[in-house]
Amino acid sequence: MTDQKLEQIVGSLLRTGVAAAAAVVFAGGVWYVATGAAGIADYHRFRPETRGLHSMFTLPGPQVVILLGLLLLIITPIARVGFALVAFALERDWAYVAITLAVLGVLLYSIGVG
Amino acid sequence: MHVLEFSGVVFAVSAAAGCLGSLTGLGGGVVITPVLTLLLGVDLHFAMGATLVSVIATSSGAAAAYVREGFSNVRVGMFLEIATTAGAVIGAHLVAAVPVPALAIIFGTMLLYSAWQSLKGPPPDKEPQPDPLAVRLKLNSTYPGRAGIVAYGVSRVKSGFGLMFGAGLLSGLLGIGSGAMKVIAMDQVMRIPFKVSTTTSNFMIGVTAAASAGIYLRRGYIHPNLAMPVMLGVLAGSLAGARLLAGARVRVLRRLFALVIGALAVEMIYSSLTGGLK
Repeated sequence: MTDQKLEQIVGSLLRTGVAAAAAVVFAGGVWYVATGAAGIADYHRFRPETRGLHSMFTLPGPQVVILLGLLLLIITPIARVGFALVAFALERDWAYVAITLAVLGVLLYSIGVG
Repeated sequence: MHVLEFSGVVFAVSAAAGCLGSLTGLGGGVVITPVLTLLLGVDLHFAMGATLVSVIATSSGAAAAYVREGFSNVRVGMFLEIATTAGAVIGAHLVAAVPVPALAIIFGTMLLYSAWQSLKGPPPDKEPQPDPLAVRLKLNSTYPGRAGIVAYGVSRVKSGFGLMFGAGLLSGLLGIGSGAMKVIAMDQVMRIPFKVSTTTSNFMIGVTAAASAGIYLRRGYIHPNLAMPVMLGVLAGSLAGARLLAGARVRVLRRLFALVIGALAVEMIYSSLTGGLK
């Protein structure tokens, strides 16, 4: 695979990720505004309602959809790092395979897989 | 405010910030947190969470556009990501331990600094001093210049790495992309050409922000209903800004934006000192 081809794939990966995330967040947003337009938006005090992925089961529907979109967005740069890992492995650049694995490890720890 | 009205206002503000951010190259995220907290009374943690999400959106969107131009250096980016992601995870964990007024003061100081930095504009290109570590890590590369392929070397790899840890820490602590600090580390410390520094920084911002986003999500800083209009607004605004870029008077805009950032910074520091931000 040529470098140019790789870059094209990375470019469309990023674009697709952001576009898909925006579409899902928009859908959830329309649902949220349509059902709760008359409610009061209050963010004056910090109250952690969304505690990671478990809240998927406790939150109201529109918020779950928005959260899914946000997750897609967060996964996009992580997928990009995963893609770089494959590219370095194809080049047999083991030093950079190790470096990319370290970055991926921190990212996976953060989203709670590790 | 009612949900519809509030979401509309937040969307409009975020779109304006995103547009100015992409026109000036400063990123819009940095002004959204102070606007949300100072003007709309949003809790600082919620504002930071919503901004962090929008930072991922704009940086990935912009990176997609730049990736074809062949400017960004993936090896430099990936190597420095070790420092920024580690810093971001520690910064994100620290948020819970730092009181809100202190966070706001750090935020304001960072804003003042980036306002000053943006007034100075990009420095001229310079001769890099060779660093043996850059050779070992295969960081030296080329980029497409006006008169063909330009080769460049990378200097002071260790100092740049250390500074990137700081950039990551601030990113996680404040929910920002800290693009300005990343560019300074690459451009002024590591002596990487400006164009390569900015595009590589763009690639790194999304990855760094993703590293704190997971922790923000678990701590509840990312409120879906607030993040929704912020993310969509910033994204729409920055796409519009990128279209306008060709005909824009960037220098005037940069000054204007720096003024806005400076004013917000002073207001933010003042409010936290007088107990307005809790």
